This record gives sequence, C-alpha cells and structure tokens, in this order.
Amino acid sequence: MKSPKVVTSAAAGIVVLGLGLSACGGGDDDGGNGGGSGKFDAGSTAVVNASDHKGGVLKMAQPDDFESLDPANIYYAYGLNFVRIFSRTLMTYASKPGAEGSKMVPDLAEAPGTPSDGSKTWTYKLKRGIKYEDGTEVKAKDIKYAVARTFDRSVLHNGPSYFPQLLAADGYKGPFKDKNLDSFKAVETPDDYTVVFKLKAPFSEFDQVVGFSGQTAPVQQAKDTGVRYGMHPISTGPYKLQGDYTPKKGGTWVRNTNWDPATDPNRKQLPDKIEVQAGLKAEEIDSRLQNGSVQIDLPGSGVQAAARQQILTNPKLKANADNPLAGFHWYVPINTKNIPNLECRKAIVYAADRSAMYRAYGGEVGGQVSTSIQPPAVAGREQGTDYYTKADPNYTGDPAQAKAALAKCGKPNGFSTTMIFRSDRPKEKATAEALKQSLDKVGIKLELKGYPSGTYTNEQLGAPKFVAKEKVGLGTYGWAPDWNTGYGYLQPISDGKAIVDTGNANPEELDDPTINKMWNDVVSIQDPAGRAKVYNEIDAKIREQAAILPNVYAKSLLYRPTNLTNVYFHAGYGMYDYANLGVTG
Amino acid sequence: MARKDPAELVNGSAEQSGTRGAPSAFLEVRDLKIHFPTDDGLVKSVDGLSFQLERGRTLGIVGESGSGKSVTSLGILGLHNKRNANVSGEIWLDGTELVGASQNDVRRLRGRKMAMIFQDPLSSMHPFYTVGHQIVEAYRVHNDVSKSVARKHAVDMLGRVGIPRPDRRVDDYPHQFSGGMRQRAMIAMALSCDPELLIADEPTTALDVTVQAQILDLIRDLQEEFNSAIIMITHDLGVVAELSDDILVMYAGRCAEYASVDDAFHRPLHPYTWGLLGSMPRLDRERSERLMPIKGTPPSLINVPQGCAFNPRCAYRDLNGDKSTTERPELVEAEPGHQVACHLPLEKKREIWESEIRPKL
Amino acid sequence: MVAFIVRRLLGAVGLLLIISAVTFAIFFLVPRAAGVTSDDIAGRFAGKQPDAATLAAIKDRFGFDDPVPVQYGKFLKAIVVGDTYDTGTEKIHCPAPCLGYSFRTNQSVTDQIVDRAPITFMIAIGAAVLWVIVGVSIGVLSALRRGTIFDRAAMGIALAGVSLPVFFTGLLSLAFVVHRWNLLPEVNYEGLSDNPFNLILPWICLAFLYAALYARLTRAGMLETMNEDYIRTARAKGLPEKTVVFKHGLRATLTPIMTVFGLDIGLLLGGAIITEKTFSIPGLGQLALDGVNQSDLPVVLGATMVAALFIVLANLVVDILYGVVDPRVRHS
Repeated sequence: MKSPKVVTSAAAGIVVLGLGLSACGGGDDDGGNGGGSGKFDAGSTAVVNASDHKGGVLKMAQPDDFESLDPANIYYAYGLNFVRIFSRTLMTYASKPGAEGSKMVPDLAEAPGTPSDGSKTWTYKLKRGIKYEDGTEVKAKDIKYAVARTFDRSVLHNGPSYFPQLLAADGYKGPFKDKNLDSFKAVETPDDYTVVFKLKAPFSEFDQVVGFSGQTAPVQQAKDTGVRYGMHPISTGPYKLQGDYTPKKGGTWVRNTNWDPATDPNRKQLPDKIEVQAGLKAEEIDSRLQNGSVQIDLPGSGVQAAARQQILTNPKLKANADNPLAGFHWYVPINTKNIPNLECRKAIVYAADRSAMYRAYGGEVGGQVSTSIQPPAVAGREQGTDYYTKADPNYTGDPAQAKAALAKCGKPNGFSTTMIFRSDRPKEKATAEALKQSLDKVGIKLELKGYPSGTYTNEQLGAPKFVAKEKVGLGTYGWAPDWNTGYGYLQPISDGKAIVDTGNANPEELDDPTINKMWNDVVSIQDPAGRAKVYNEIDAKIREQAAILPNVYAKSLLYRPTNLTNVYFHAGYGMYDYANLGVTG
Repeated sequence: MARKDPAELVNGSAEQSGTRGAPSAFLEVRDLKIHFPTDDGLVKSVDGLSFQLERGRTLGIVGESGSGKSVTSLGILGLHNKRNANVSGEIWLDGTELVGASQNDVRRLRGRKMAMIFQDPLSSMHPFYTVGHQIVEAYRVHNDVSKSVARKHAVDMLGRVGIPRPDRRVDDYPHQFSGGMRQRAMIAMALSCDPELLIADEPTTALDVTVQAQILDLIRDLQEEFNSAIIMITHDLGVVAELSDDILVMYAGRCAEYASVDDAFHRPLHPYTWGLLGSMPRLDRERSERLMPIKGTPPSLINVPQGCAFNPRCAYRDLNGDKSTTERPELVEAEPGHQVACHLPLEKKREIWESEIRPKL
Repeated sequence: MVAFIVRRLLGAVGLLLIISAVTFAIFFLVPRAAGVTSDDIAGRFAGKQPDAATLAAIKDRFGFDDPVPVQYGKFLKAIVVGDTYDTGTEKIHCPAPCLGYSFRTNQSVTDQIVDRAPITFMIAIGAAVLWVIVGVSIGVLSALRRGTIFDRAAMGIALAGVSLPVFFTGLLSLAFVVHRWNLLPEVNYEGLSDNPFNLILPWICLAFLYAALYARLTRAGMLETMNEDYIRTARAKGLPEKTVVFKHGLRATLTPIMTVFGLDIGLLLGGAIITEKTFSIPGLGQLALDGVNQSDLPVVLGATMVAALFIVLANLVVDILYGVVDPRVRHS
C-alpha cells in the first residue's frame, strides 16, 4: 500500500552512513513482545507507553505535505494512515502491533464482505448510527457516491484506481460529469445499510481493496466540493478538522463529538487536538522529536542521517527508538527484454556479492538479507529457498557458477549492460557500485547511471520506452505493496498485464505466460491460505527466472518521543499507527 | 589694538622661531611643520614656515602645486586630522595659540573668527543641501538665532556678494548655480560670521576672466568693509599682484622669498620667484614670445633635495660652488621687509635679475 | 514624474511578460527537449502505476497536450480577463488578474501568494531593520576609526559574515541556540497572527549576512565621503564633528546604499528562499521552491511573477526616492 513515492522518502531517511553504523550498535532482534516501554525496538512488536490518558495536543509534522486530504485521493501510506483520524471506511487494518496489523477488519461494515457469484459480487452491511461530524447519519448511498467519485480521474487523480479497473461500470464517467448517481450501476444500495459491489471478474481480495485506501469513506453528494474536498473533508472519525486545511502549512483537528467509540474498536480519541505542520525541514523534525515538541514525523520513514547517528550512539535516545522491518524490499530488477537469456541473468545473480550489497544498505540496522521477494510482513509469505544466491550477510557470490552460466548463455567472456540508480540516494549508488565490482570479476561490465529520484520511478526505470532506449539491464528498486498479501506485493511487479508506460512497477518487464496464468487464476481462489500458496510459488518462479536479485528487507529507524503514548509499529502502514496515539504532559 | 605702521608689519621670521610669548601681530605663524607619515616615508608638506599678518592686510602665498600652500592654510584652520598629520610649531591668532589648543576650541573659532573660501565650489558645497541651508548652518552654529533670522541673514549675505534675487536663489541647490555664482555663494558662506581672518584658496581658478575680476573686486570690497586679514593662496601671480600687500613664495614646504608686492614684482631675489614671474602670462606680452616655464618638476616632499631644495632646477646653482647641494639656505632679510632663502650673494642676485631676467619678461 | 512612473510601470509589464514566457519555456520546452513526454509530466501528478485513463484525464484537465503557445495564451488571458475553474462540483470564477490554480493543491495561486506574502514580508522587514541599523552603524564606526582594533575586528567579522550563508548560520544556531541551549523558542511563524518575535533567529541570521555586507559598503562609502571637499567645508564652518559625520557624511554615504537596499529588499520580498527553507517558514520562497519541486507550473509562474514584480517595484521606489534624496537627480 505504499507507493514508490513513499519509498522515496523512506530511503532519504535512511541515507548515508553505510557500514560504519553496524559497528556502533546494531539492532537487536530479540525485541520481545511483552508490551514494554523505553526499550530499543520495543515498539516494533508491542504497544509502548500504553495509556488511556486524555487531553493534550498531539503534534505531527512533515517536510512536504499530503498529496491531498481527500481520503479518496491519497496513495501515500502515511496519508492513508493519517486520514483514519477523521475518516472511516468499510474495512480497515486492525489496530494491532505485529502481524495482526496486516489483517483487514470491519470498520463501517458489520462484518467482512460476503462474496457471491464466484467472488464477482461483494456485499457489505453497514453498522447503524454512524454519524458525520454534523450529526447526519452515514447511509449506503454515501459510500456508493464515494466509490463513484473515484471514476473521475481528472478530479481525483492521486488515489488508487482499483474501482474503475475492477467494477463492472465500463463507460461510467463519474458523478461530476454525470450528476445522476443511478447511472452508476456497479454499486447497488438495496437499502440504507447495504452496499453491493458488482465486479467484472472474480476477485478474492476485495476486502483488501475496500480497506487499504480511503476510497470507501462515505461522502455526502450535497457536501462534496470536488477537487477541493481535501481542504475540508467531513469527518466520520474521532477528530474533525477545525476550519480548513492549508496545504503546505497545516491544520488542526479537534474532537468529533458525533463519533461513537462503541462502533469503532480501531481508533482512540485521546488528545484534545491534533495539529499537523507541513513544510518543516526533516532535520528540524528530528530535533523536535527529540525534545518532544513534535511527536510524530508523519512520513514515517525514519530519522535523517544526523539524528540516526545520535540515536544509535546514545543509549538514552536509542531506548526510545524502534528499528522495524518497514514493509518493503530493496532489490535489483533484471530486465528480461534487454537480457533475454535466462543463463545470462543467472550469471548476474550468481556473481552478486550479497555481503557488499547488504553493507551498502547499512548492515543490521538498515535491513535484513532477503530470500523471498515478499517481505516478512506479507500474510502467508514463506521465506522460500534461495535461487543462485544465498541470503547470508557474509555471502560474496559464486564466480565459478557465474562463469558456467555465462558459458551456457553463449557469452563466456561476459557482456556489457547498463545499471541505473537514484543518484540522490547514496545507498543505491553504493549498491550499484558493489554490484559493478562483483560482476566485473566474471566479465559482466556494468555502466552505472544515476537519475534524480523525483523522476526515477516514472520516467526512467518505470518507463519501458526509456529502459529499451537506454538498454537498461539492471536497476535499484524498492517496492511496498498496496496491501500486505502476496497479490498486493507481487502482482504489480510480476504480472505481464501490469506493465505500464509510466510508473511501471515491473521494471524487469517479466511477461511469463505461466506466471500470467497463475495471476489470472489465483483471484478466484477464495481461501486466503490457498492463495498464499500460489503467491509463494510465483515468488519462487520470479527468482527462478532470475528476474529479480533479492537484496535486503528494509528496516527503518523510528523515534518515539517519551511523551507519546500507545505507540506501536503498524505492519499495514509500515510506520506507527496514527489513529490510536495519545500524549502526556 | 593699535594699527602698526605697514612697514613694520612684516618682520623677518627666520630668527623668530622658538617659543616666545603671545605676539602682538593678529596672526603669527612660527616654525609651522606639518608632516604626514605614509607607507613610503614622511611627507614634509610644510617644514618650518613662519609669517605674520595684520588685520586689513592681504598676504599672497604663491607656489606650484604641492609646495605646501593649501596644507598651510588647512593647518591654520586646524583641519588636519591628528591621526594622519603631525603638526608642530605655533599659530597665534589674536592672542590664542591654535596648534596646542583643543579641537573643540579651534572648532569654535572656525567659521567665526577665521573662515576659508575653497577652490572648486561645486565639490566644496554639499550637493544635497540648498545654498541657503548651508549658509544658515554656518551662521547658526556660531550665533544663537532662530532659523528665520538666520535665513534672512543668508539672503542678505547672498545679496551682498552680488547674487541677484537672493530671496529666491537662497533655496537653490549648488548645482543650480553657475560657477561664478557658486563662488560668490561660497564667499557668502565664509563671510557669514564676519571672520577676522579669511583664507582664500585659489578662489578664482576655475572661473573665466570677467568673473575672476568680479570675485576679486568682491573680496577687496568685503575686506574694506570688515577690515579682515586675508591670506590669498594661489599659483597665479596675477591675482596676487592685484590683491595682496605682501607675497610669500613657497617652495617644498618652506618660504623661499617674502616681500612686498612691489619688491616681489620689481626686485625679486630668488631664482624660483624669477621662474614664477617668467611663467606668468601677461596681457601686455607679445603673443609670439614664449613663456619661460621653470625647468624640471616640483621636488618630492619625502626626499627633499639636499642643500637648497630648489637646486636641481636652479640655473645658478653652480655659482655657489657645492653649497647649493650641501647646505640649506636660511631665510634672511636681504633688504628691509624683504627676505630670501638663497645662497647667491645679494649683489649677484640683483645683477642677474637686472641683466638676465628682467629684460626677458 | 508621473510620466516617469507610468513609463517604468509599462516597462515592468513588458518585463513580466518576458519572465513568464521564459518560465513557461523552461517548464515545457526544456524537459521536452530532454525527451520528457506529456505523459511523463502527467505521471508526476498521479499516484503509483497510473493507467492510461488516469494520465489522459490529467493531461486533459491541465491541458498538457495543448500547444505551448495555446497554454501560454490561456495563462495570459486569465491574468487579463480572469478564468473559470472547474472543481468538479462547481465552476468558480477567478477574477482578473487570475494567476490560476495550483495543480497540486487546487488553491488559487493569488490566494496562496496573498497568504504567504506577509510572512516573507515580516522576515524581510525584520531582518532589514536589523541589518541596516547594525550594518550601517558598524560601517560608520569602522570608517571613523579606520585602522583601529575595532575596525579590524569589525571588518574581519564582516568578511566572515559575507562568506557565511544563512543555511550554515541558520542550521548552526537552530542546533545550538534553540535545540541544545533552549535560549530561543522554536521558529514557528505561519502568518501575521503569530508572534513576530518567533522570527528573531531568522532575522539575526539573515541580518548577519546582510549587515556584514552593509558594514563593508558603508565603511567604504563613508571613507570616500569623508574625503570629499564638502566635508572639509563643513568642518571649516566650525560645525561640530557629530554634525559633520551624520548630517553631511552619512547622508551622502547612504544614498548609494539606498539603491543596494532597494534591490536587496525587493529580492527578499519575492521570497527569502534560503532563510525560509532553513527555518521551515512557509513564505513565498518556500511556495516557489515547492512549486518547482512538484512541477506545479501555476505556482511557479505566480511566484516568479510576484518576485519579479517586487524587484521592479523596489527599483521604482528607489529611483523615486533617489530623486527625493538627491536634488541633482530631481532637477536633471
């Protein structure tokens, strides 16, 4: 559920420092899950400072700003995490530490969706008595309207486009161009408390689609202000916006008295106010986190290099830091169009010095050496077995096997190709350099080229035209799923159908008929465990095809101020849960 | 103060150096030295100058650029910055010694008791203030009067120096005046407090001949009116001839010759004075006749030539053996009221003047 | 005088036209020359993996596929006759001069500028007061005490000041003065309703840089002025030294400094970019910077135009003031 853009800021957070750091502390993985407090990494697995203390002002800050506060127009994980303080959706992530956080639980709905017609129809029953901030009751038609809005991509272009893709509403232009909601046939509301979705094709993970984003947060058609709805979204959650939100400056939320905690086990209403300040420099946020005048660094990708060093070298600070697996995987896609021969790709994987690549990402605090493409937070994910490499921090590659593969490829003396990376990310640069060095030993010559991270995922690595033109063989990449299942993680990066012209998440351009068929079929399997089995097979196949060279599962270094209560790392969002926090003093 | 006989007004000053009591003369300068330490060495701009001046009299100080004329006049007004100029000797003005006096005491005398007319009135007047304002300012700093009274005075002064419609022009800025008018305004400013000593530094240099004559007339009239003592600093002997009672010829920071105007023009005794006379353009001279400029260039004030400072440029130095290059000539009274600093014997000088110089002029 | 002002204002309009055209060209033509397509640009405004329909919708909304002159024409037209903005649920009329709506936040660019200008204004004015007082005083004292220890020390510090950028002094002072020693409050300033003294640190850091510059300028100017003939005249009149220095000397020294000041303040009013960035203050500079970083053309254009306008106006004011201060200019 984190877009590549989240990864952008994530990496910016973890930047620099490389190997030096593992020596100055390193993360201990014994973390424990005893609901601790004031212990390093305690918040990764348990609630720290559990408290029901009410009052105070919770201050959050961010260097940039939400792409929008319209829940339907957000794709950044941190934005989706944040908007839960004022918006409720049919389903949502469970507010729990550990793996439980990846599970979808009912929010506005009484229970998870009921599939019928072979998972082509999904029915949700609404809880009664849920109100907007003005006291109006939430009705089924408001959810239908909210979903209808997402069809107009010219008004809401930042959010996910699952509904237009999945729902059987071809030709529908959205409620802005067609004011008559009856034209929207894909969602039915037989009564005020029932919402029925009609899909084009079976899709088993519809609960995830409905829950991961804010697109099923109800919107009253009469109160909609189109592109400006994000300036004052109407609350159904524990907090409501005071006045308007000022983009790039911030806003203040106060208690919503029309929110009933009895209907909402996933949110708390502890602070009197929640203040968001946008445009505060990342380094300044780190400083304020440490003196407690800001409690939450909204992007949730971890502290900057300077603070990172302070935290890891100062035991007092370190006790207030967490070092969880952030939910994404830094890996190296190997383009199957520019390097079509499997043996040649295998040679790359064989020759890769995993130890150097691991150190490039900061060693123990920066990440964990990976085997499967799916990171551990993905439900049902198995570690799997290594293909042509070893998930071992000390593994330096197997040049002999690599040479053998090269010979089979018909290029015993190696070949040349281009590897691109984000030039403003020292870790990716270091990774590319480490790879260049190890491939050089077997005769594979890499030409390294850096590009700005602002355009990298859309216009360079994410643009097949560019990849073809520049003959890009390898890249650096990190991917986090829309939701924590194998589908969420793997489908966009390995399904041939997922290859797009801009913002392509499948830079290996893997278009394997077997894998494509598996994707077509898996969406009809209703049993999650059954699906997970297929996902693990696909994961293995991708690696067997040597289309992805695994590297590390990213770990972030988060700081929790001592005056913050109910803090824990939420696996669904890959950062602290923002809807349950409180403050003391 | 009783007027002295004009003949006694100027006394030889060489022997007068050294501290004595307050003199009886209105202005007496004794052994004035003004030295400027610089990175290249000590610049001795004025190096032992003495003279006297009485009320109602005019002294012309002449010499080439860099001879120390202007430095002397600024020295009398106390305008040298103590931080970059060493001033020694004595300056007695109406019984008060100025070199050793406090800055503030000297400041109080400036503009009131002694005033100065500067050359180049455009740059010497503040471009941002009206002419009237600048006169008012000069008047009010020494006279406790209201602005309107001071303004009326300024208009009067402008009228007295011959500026037409002074009540209007008083509000003009310096750049709105013509060159001659500016000089008049400058004079009005200098005279605004009826100074007893007026120093005019090249007051007519930049002006055309007609205006020049008017300005000189003006100064003369004003002197008669106020009975001021005037020091006229110029390199133009013509101006001196017209206005002065006495002449002090300066060379390399010292007095080369001191004489009445009559002596200086008709019986000059210093080769340098001869040179100055020779290079003076004269209306009665034939156009075809060439001027006789003084050979060579003015001396460096850091390394003043040994012996007579004028010796490198002097056509007659060889007549003295090597005295000219080894011994500095003292200023001595050659005739009553006529002093000269030159090694040539008096008779020789008279002979050269009569036979060689005078016919060529 | 009126003709002069009108002529200058007309010149300013021409200048703004050129600036907007150049900004437009940089935004559209330079990336295209580098091979960036309108899809790529549209992709910057979409979430991840945008499908073709999304890209088409974005291109359509922002008109990225219109020829550049057409887009530029629309921009100019909005300034002259206003524009209509479709929010999806209603059509908002944006009266002339309409600078358009942000691609990102959908706010009126004019509103954003009006919202942020006071913030930048406070930064600039506060710092300017400080630097003029401190810089000019130090410059005058240094000139009057030329060569003394005070002069040498002041000029040494000034040299350091000129060479220390705000992001250095700013970050250093934030780290120590605010976060470590807690001597000053955190810099929080988001509008005129906030306590302006929250800006004291940005003022000091910005003023330090400029004060250093102005001290050097003033000292040099003062040294030159104090050698002028009219200063000698003023002294010869018997004026007290204080009057000579301040009335006659400083007045003339400050006139050319006023010109520099006009340019500096005009430049800062358009956005004190580095200061705003360093101290995270949401002024015009941040607005422009965000606009550039986020390919938000209307914001970039609006901010650029306003910045240019401030510079032009500041120049005009300086020229008019020059006439007031220097009678020679007035009469010529």
